[in-house]
Amino acid sequence: MSETQSTYNYKVVRQFAVMTVIWGIVGMLVGVIIAAQLVWPDLNLGFLHFGRLRPLHTNAVIFAFGGSALFATSYYVVQRTCHTRLLWDGLAAFTFWGWQAVIVLAAITLPLGITQGKEYAELEWPIDILITLVWVAYAVVFFGTIAKRKVTHIYVANWFYGGFILAVALLHVVNSAAIPVSLTKSYSAYAGVQDAMVQWWYGHNAVGFFLTAGFLGMMYYFVPKQAGRPVYSYRLSVVHFWALIFTYMWAGPHHLHYTALPDWTQSVGMLFSLILLAPSWGGMINGVMTLSGAWHKLRDDPILKFLITSLSFYGMSTFEGPMMAIKTVNALSHYTDWTVGHVHSGALGWVAMISIGSIYYLLPRLYGKPEMFSVRLITVHFWVATIGVVLYIASMWIAGVMQGLMWRAVNADGTLTYSFVESVKASYPFWAIRFVGGVLFLSGMLIMAYNMVKTIAGGRSVDDALVLQPAANHA
Amino acid sequence: MNDFVNQFWNWYVILLVLVSIIACGVLLWSQSKVAPAAGTADTTGHVWDETLEEYNNPLPKWWMWLFHITVIFSLVYCVLYPTLGSFQGVLGWSSDGQYAKEVAKADAETKPLYDKYLAMDLPTLAADKEGVETGKRLYLTYCMQCHGADARGSKGFPNLADSDWQWGGEPAEIVETISNGRMGVMPAHAQLGAETIKDLANYVRSLSGLPADSLRVAKGQEAFNSAGCSGCHGPDAKGMTALGAPNLTDKIWLYGGSEATIIETITKGRNNQMPAWKEFLGEAKVHALAAYVLSLGAGESSNNK
Repeated sequence: MSETQSTYNYKVVRQFAVMTVIWGIVGMLVGVIIAAQLVWPDLNLGFLHFGRLRPLHTNAVIFAFGGSALFATSYYVVQRTCHTRLLWDGLAAFTFWGWQAVIVLAAITLPLGITQGKEYAELEWPIDILITLVWVAYAVVFFGTIAKRKVTHIYVANWFYGGFILAVALLHVVNSAAIPVSLTKSYSAYAGVQDAMVQWWYGHNAVGFFLTAGFLGMMYYFVPKQAGRPVYSYRLSVVHFWALIFTYMWAGPHHLHYTALPDWTQSVGMLFSLILLAPSWGGMINGVMTLSGAWHKLRDDPILKFLITSLSFYGMSTFEGPMMAIKTVNALSHYTDWTVGHVHSGALGWVAMISIGSIYYLLPRLYGKPEMFSVRLITVHFWVATIGVVLYIASMWIAGVMQGLMWRAVNADGTLTYSFVESVKASYPFWAIRFVGGVLFLSGMLIMAYNMVKTIAGGRSVDDALVLQPAANHA
Repeated sequence: MNDFVNQFWNWYVILLVLVSIIACGVLLWSQSKVAPAAGTADTTGHVWDETLEEYNNPLPKWWMWLFHITVIFSLVYCVLYPTLGSFQGVLGWSSDGQYAKEVAKADAETKPLYDKYLAMDLPTLAADKEGVETGKRLYLTYCMQCHGADARGSKGFPNLADSDWQWGGEPAEIVETISNGRMGVMPAHAQLGAETIKDLANYVRSLSGLPADSLRVAKGQEAFNSAGCSGCHGPDAKGMTALGAPNLTDKIWLYGGSEATIIETITKGRNNQMPAWKEFLGEAKVHALAAYVLSLGAGESSNNK
């Protein structure tokens, strides 16, 4: 097999890995700015106010930071576990430059107020088309690489990456369907409550597939690799994979409890959100139990600390999510900062931390170094980030429950005990704590950037990593 | 209350939901039956990328129970609550019903109090501490978004704490304003030309004792009568509450008293709306709100008739 003498395509992995850190800093910086705008409203300067910057923050962290991390790791993992070079270097390069173009266009249009007004799907139709092209190219590269694999069995990480790529394509095309009236303006193809339902079918699956399935793929490669242990249970991965991708598709209506959506649709959304608890925890169990017998490694391996802590946050937020989907709980939590806290326990605790751990794993291998420039700085990053997340979530929990209780409090004469603005005023201290949490998390990313630059400076771009022969009993 | 255009979609939803919930249970059950074959290695035997392997551990028992419980809970819920298409569930619950029940309960609890308020005439209620407190709380929920927390209004939204009443300050007039809303229209007068409008603006400013060009004031006064302004604002410019035409002589400005703003008002006209609250709040709460407005201290009759 002469082909095994070919090399892995590390170039595109490197590009995406570096951009993960850069977009992480940009996206989180915008997050810190809008957190500050809530504490100090005078910071809403001109058109750079909260309303314009908030979608920029969400798009930057989800699609620029998270997206780059998913591209980088999936391209690395699919080559390594299929024992073959990535299909079609040119198309892979197109996905990199195309995705960066999408991000830059988002950064220009969103502050200008050019938006479809759909949460997490704000980008206007020409950008949506570019996203579709990049995504199709991504699917071709990914599944093409799987098709030419040198092993019979497809590794579990690739199931999750594959599920994520297919589902996101479907979600994006259906939810972004719109009728353009000009280059920068379009109207949704759906109307009224159907539009809302399509949007939250998309919205919750953006969480389920973009922010969960994709990152579970990451987990299934980097956790066993870094722990040096086999995955805990193949059977568990089969059950939780199919159950997860099946039930997530139904959960969207829990975003529309007590609205014009029919009662039966709300109930269906709530029930599948509850059923989703066990499949979600399946991933956490499989990741955490993979470490059994190697717990001591947690003590001095900060990359493993990131990976395992991310799984803890994943378990926490996937318990919290189904609870919040219960109508009675949702009646209290909806529209409050509790939701914001929940999202960030997933986004910072799970998505960002597993990405950070994985990128720390990748960088030395991509730049020909035995380890990162400073392992100590990874540990510092870990603690700064963890304290940041905890401050963020705890403050939003308190603020959210407080807001919910204030809004529903009534006097003996049936009037509201608190006017809305009183709940705003009461939220200030917690918004200030959230701001501090965000600053800490951002500082961690800056430490990471420094560590990355130093690692790259002392290394070389590895383009000669030979494709490995599959293990003998597995060919 | 059927959401379905025909029975096909109703049954489509029912079957799809039931099959899907049960399928989750079946998937779990089928996989829990597949025990690792005796005597095989403790991993599946596959190896990827040198070191990646998988143990053949069975599904954790507690986790399986957790999964099964959510599936069973869901099936029970489908029977009890509206989930399966147009089937209402045996408990007969609906979100509309829950809302109606909660509102009815709250109304029943507060009815004696509001009946008591309704039996008091407005000036009496406006002097009643408890009644005014209720009115103020209603105000802070429904009115402060436009008129401000202190009821002093802002540009385009009248100050309720002064003595100027665009639509009249008699108790009955205030109740009418809150109950049925008001539509204030100042027509656009661009056809008068920029010069005449500037004259008018200077005249209007002079009425409130503000600095103005005296030549323009004279010409403006003439235009005020000839161009039809006096038709609504009255020959003495003291306004007309029946039309909601403001008094122009009282130094109180709804949109602003600068020359530029007045020119804008005359040139482009103004449209303003106070929404109607009777349907939403009911007579008694409107009554309490009017009492609060009266209690703000400026409840004397308007002098701008």
